[in-house]
Formats: sequence, C-alpha cells, structure tokens
Amino acid sequence: MNSKLQLITKGFVKDNPTFVLLLGMCPTLATTTSAINGLSMGLATLFVLVLSNMAISAIAPVVPDKVHIPVYIVVIATFVTLLQFLMQAYTPGIYATLGLFIPLIVVNCIVLGRAEAFASKHSIGDSALDGLGVGLGFTLSLTVLGAVREILGSLSIFGWKIPGTGDGMLAFVMAPGAFICLGYLMVLFNKYLAKK
Amino acid sequence: MEILLIIVSAIFVNNIVLAQFLGICPFLGVSNKLSTASGMSLAVCFVITLATLVTYLLNKYLLVPLGLTFLQTIAFILVIAALVQMVEIVLKKVSPSLYQALGIFLPLITTNCAVLGVAINVVTKEFTFGLPSHMLGLGEAVLYAFATSLGYGLAMVIFAGLREHLALSDVPKPFRGVPIALITVGILAMAFMGFSGIA
Repeated sequence: MNSKLQLITKGFVKDNPTFVLLLGMCPTLATTTSAINGLSMGLATLFVLVLSNMAISAIAPVVPDKVHIPVYIVVIATFVTLLQFLMQAYTPGIYATLGLFIPLIVVNCIVLGRAEAFASKHSIGDSALDGLGVGLGFTLSLTVLGAVREILGSLSIFGWKIPGTGDGMLAFVMAPGAFICLGYLMVLFNKYLAKK
Repeated sequence: MEILLIIVSAIFVNNIVLAQFLGICPFLGVSNKLSTASGMSLAVCFVITLATLVTYLLNKYLLVPLGLTFLQTIAFILVIAALVQMVEIVLKKVSPSLYQALGIFLPLITTNCAVLGVAINVVTKEFTFGLPSHMLGLGEAVLYAFATSLGYGLAMVIFAGLREHLALSDVPKPFRGVPIALITVGILAMAFMGFSGIA
C-alpha cells in the first residue's frame, strides 16, 4: 500500500517533472501567464498522461519492440485529439487561451518518457497511479509558476485582484518573465533539496 | 515588402524560442558548445522547412477536402516522424559528411515541438505581415517556416556563445547549471522584445 502512495507523491518533490527532471519545458514556460492557465495546462497533461499510461501498459506486451516508439506516439496523439474535442466542447475559453500547446502535448517528453520508462513495464493500475502522480507534480509546478508570475505581473491571484494595488510588472507576464521566474524558482528548489 | 516582413518578423520579432517558447528542450540541452548548437540548428532548419512543406500539402489536398482536419495532430506527427527517418536515410547515402555532422541530432528532432508547432501554426492561424489578416499560401508558409528556423538557429548560436562564457565564470552553487541558463535566456528574451518596435 505504501508503495502505491509513493507512486502518487513522488512527482511532487523527488521526481518533480519540472524542477528536477526538467521535462516539458515548452508548455511550462508558455502557458503559465496566470495561475488558472498553469492549472488548466497541468490538468490537460494529467488527463493524457493517465489515459496513455493505462493504454500503453495494456498493449505493451503485444507491441513489437522495433516499432514501439511510433505506436506509443500514435496512442498518445489519439488521446490528445480526444482531449481537444472535449475541451472544444466543454471549456472553449481555456482551449482558446492554451491554443497551440494542447496539440503539442503529443511531443511533451513527460508523456512519452513515462510510457517508455514506466508504463511499458508495469501493470495497468500502477501505470495509472504513476500517470496521476507525475501529472499532479506537473500541475503543481505549473500552478506555482503561474501564481508567481500572476502576482508579480498583474498583482492578482487566480484572477482575484489584490486590493489597493496598481498594475504590476508586465514583463513577468511576457516571455522574459517566464524564463527568469522559472530560473529563480529552480534556485529555491535546489536550495531546499540541498538542505534536506 | 511582404517577404521582408515575414523574414524579419519570424527571425526577430516573434522569435520561436524567445517569444513563442517552442523547442526549449533541445535549446537548453545541446547549447553547451557552439559547434553542437550550430549542428542542431542546421538539422532543425532542414526538417522544419521540409516538414512544413509536406504537412501543408497534406492538409490542403487531403485532410481539408475529406473533412478530416481533426486528424491534424496525429497525421502531422506521423509525417514528421517518417520524414525525419527518411532524411536520415537519404543523407546517409547522398552526403555522408553532412550526415556525420547532423547524425546524432536528427532522431531528437521528431520530439522537438518547434517542428510540430510551426506545422500546426501555418495551417490554423491567420497572419498579417502588413496585409489584411489571411491564411498563408504555400510559398509564404514555407518561407515563414524557413525564416522561423533561422530565428531558432540565431537564438541557439547566441545562447551557446553566452553559455561558453558562463562556464568559465564563478556561479553561486544553487544557480549552477539550468537555473542560471534560464535567467540568461530571460535577459536575452528581454533584449529581443526590443525588436517588437520594428513590426
């Protein structure tokens, strides 16, 4: 039971996809203009991760070794297309904001990485938990980065304006702020890990 | 005039790495040395231009007439993966020296989101380039893809140069490696924001 719990919690700190493994940098930097956007991108990736992990774990024994990467990519692309349909139908606003980065989940190295490193060798249930854990870790880091950028850039949090404040520093919502915030968050994360 | 605008806008104003956040993984991964950085840029340039040409035609003459545009993501990634394999085989046969130079970078490009990103962008987004907002024609799309990949190369080579200097300086311990690299890219991106005045 303990190991099952570990599957879920390891993505938060020890194997954090963003701060430790440095995977999936493009959506991390591009979609975290606000906490809500970061959260939605994280959840979208989580959806694909869990489903593709389960599917790949189920088909892995029958996929010939030579073509396993193309097969995995097609499986992932199928779930991404499914996600695109769902988002277009139920959350068209978020779909429009995240734009290009929803189809680009296909080439997010986290998804293919988990398929290759974990799902192809473990049971369906464990793979689902692993997808959930890594996805939650990714969602957490995206939300934190989004929140920091939103506070600095527009002095609000989750769309809620901090009362009695001005406009904030626009640079943090734009491209340079993404790189600089992530850089400094990584520094803090490194310091925390070094202390432990 | 429009050609000039496409080139300037794709290389400087909307730089693919510094303004659009595409292809960051290889950008951070292989920019330690100037020589590998230029090799990677060359390979990316080749694949982005070719992939955009093929996916544009595929979209226009197959997916759109058949009403299958929802298959774009799956179809494009398959085309790109196949294309990269083919480029590798052809290069091996035709120009072994170029293959030697690009060889190790080619397989990595399939999962470079810059390639899929540009391919999807040119068939779904409307661009202006000094004209009324319109979908890109084949010539414009290929030119845009080529210029974008030049922008990728430019950012990559500048950054690799910076990193070679960075390697020699005394960086505080928690900043070492990726954090200081990210902060450097941030400052570089700020410099590139200055180009938005041109557009």
